[in-house]
Amino acid sequence: MAPCALCPADNPARAILRRPKTLQPVCKQCFFDVFETEIHNTIMGFGQAEGSSADGKGKRKELFRRGEKVAIGASGGKDSTVLAHIMTLLNDRYDYGLDLCLLSIDEGISGYRDASLDTVKRNAVQYDLPLKILSYHELYGGWTMDRVVGEIGKKGNCTYCGVFRRQALDRGAHLLTVDHVVTGHNADDVAETVLMNVLRGDIARLERCTAITTGGDLPPELDDPEDTKTLEGLLPRTIKRSKPFKYTYEKEIVMYAYFKKLDYHSTECIYSPTAYRGHARALVKDLESIRPSAIVDIIYSGEAMASSIKLLGRRAGGDPGPTNEKKGYTRAPRNSQQKCTRCNSLSSQPLCQACMLLESLNKGVAKVELGAEPSKEKLVGEANGSGAMEKLAV
Amino acid sequence: MATDSTTAASEAGPMISLTVEFGGGMELLFHHQHSHNVQIPRFYDPPSIAPTSSSSPAPPTAPAPLQGKKSDIRYLIWWLREYLLDDKNRPELFSQGETIRPGILILINSTDWELEGELEYELEEGDECVFISTLHGG
Repeated sequence: MAPCALCPADNPARAILRRPKTLQPVCKQCFFDVFETEIHNTIMGFGQAEGSSADGKGKRKELFRRGEKVAIGASGGKDSTVLAHIMTLLNDRYDYGLDLCLLSIDEGISGYRDASLDTVKRNAVQYDLPLKILSYHELYGGWTMDRVVGEIGKKGNCTYCGVFRRQALDRGAHLLTVDHVVTGHNADDVAETVLMNVLRGDIARLERCTAITTGGDLPPELDDPEDTKTLEGLLPRTIKRSKPFKYTYEKEIVMYAYFKKLDYHSTECIYSPTAYRGHARALVKDLESIRPSAIVDIIYSGEAMASSIKLLGRRAGGDPGPTNEKKGYTRAPRNSQQKCTRCNSLSSQPLCQACMLLESLNKGVAKVELGAEPSKEKLVGEANGSGAMEKLAV
Repeated sequence: MATDSTTAASEAGPMISLTVEFGGGMELLFHHQHSHNVQIPRFYDPPSIAPTSSSSPAPPTAPAPLQGKKSDIRYLIWWLREYLLDDKNRPELFSQGETIRPGILILINSTDWELEGELEYELEEGDECVFISTLHGG
């Protein structure tokens, strides 16, 4: 029967929740207020560790600009349902001037995605948002996840699903002509990804997974300026992806959905292998139960590690690190991006991830390839900063 | 948290009835059913639910003890695992040792169990306990 720590001290309401981030007991109304306001603050760029330390000199960067068309990656699960609710609410309350819509991917997993897509359709009506559903079937020449699993088995299929989903969201964003996709990745997801990348020594990906926004880069020089037939050729930038819930605890998202009685669907992907991420997830949850601030602390450590690798002389293996004539350093050069020779999407190699995997599926050699030592490129889908493989909203 | 009058009225029986709800995917572990009305003994003998106890638990129909420790959340977790969980071979999906699996939230009468004493909370007639998993796909 604890009193709310955020209410006026002379007449506090009864607390219904202990906040994991601060351990404060809070009442229902104060919980709603602080939950919504913290996400607003994240969107406004208040108190972001990234960008404010090393090179940003404390400048504040807002997540969106006025008039931006933003697609919400929606799976019907808890995170994306709360995200759709919160984005609609905050856009209204603070007048961001955003044009919002929902974007869902149907991986073609019978018995798993059908019910959750129904939830998304209800959400579209509830929040009065246009909805676009794209299926693997239509995008990848009939390769639904059911068929992929039939071909390669249950092991390693998440790599396919992750790579395909990432590209499907990009293509969907093009079709909807949006320039920004937001996903429901929460603080727990980011902490898991930081741990996974640390455990793998994947420093490049560590930097990307702690960023609240990725993408939005200028495209490579088009080899044919007249090439305006492809949709990609017309686009000035890659699609930006952001995680407004980067600092939001999973516990609070679930509690918010519970107390607001939001309509979400929860089920386990029937092919979910819970391989490496499952261990990271269990570790994060165990740590949280001992000391709840562990989650934001892991994120903070990830951000600090990511910014420290930009400094001179911090790299292992004889790599001199970034250099700069003027200041004595620069950022490491970005991977040179090019267009996939097959589908025209941006890629670091002549053939993009999705086309590479599709080719192996079509040749029927996928099983062999996955049995071999997986290269880092192969694992991009699983390890990319965008998080949980079983989540649609990657 | 029953009021004093209901506590007094219910002192009579050896059992208390509770509403137990499962959400966030937990219902899949409990007959695919969201809400359960359960009757559990008002008292229990703590050593009987210790992990070292080698004897298999008494059937739920066994006479409930008339004294002992008042049934708490620790006992409820044990009781649900022993008597209501579908797959007895995978208790780790629900509990970890004597407590709940990390990542599963418990609300007692719509209040975070962390504010109610967690495992020590003593159950009252008519209490509503909600278990919500945060572990399932979003």
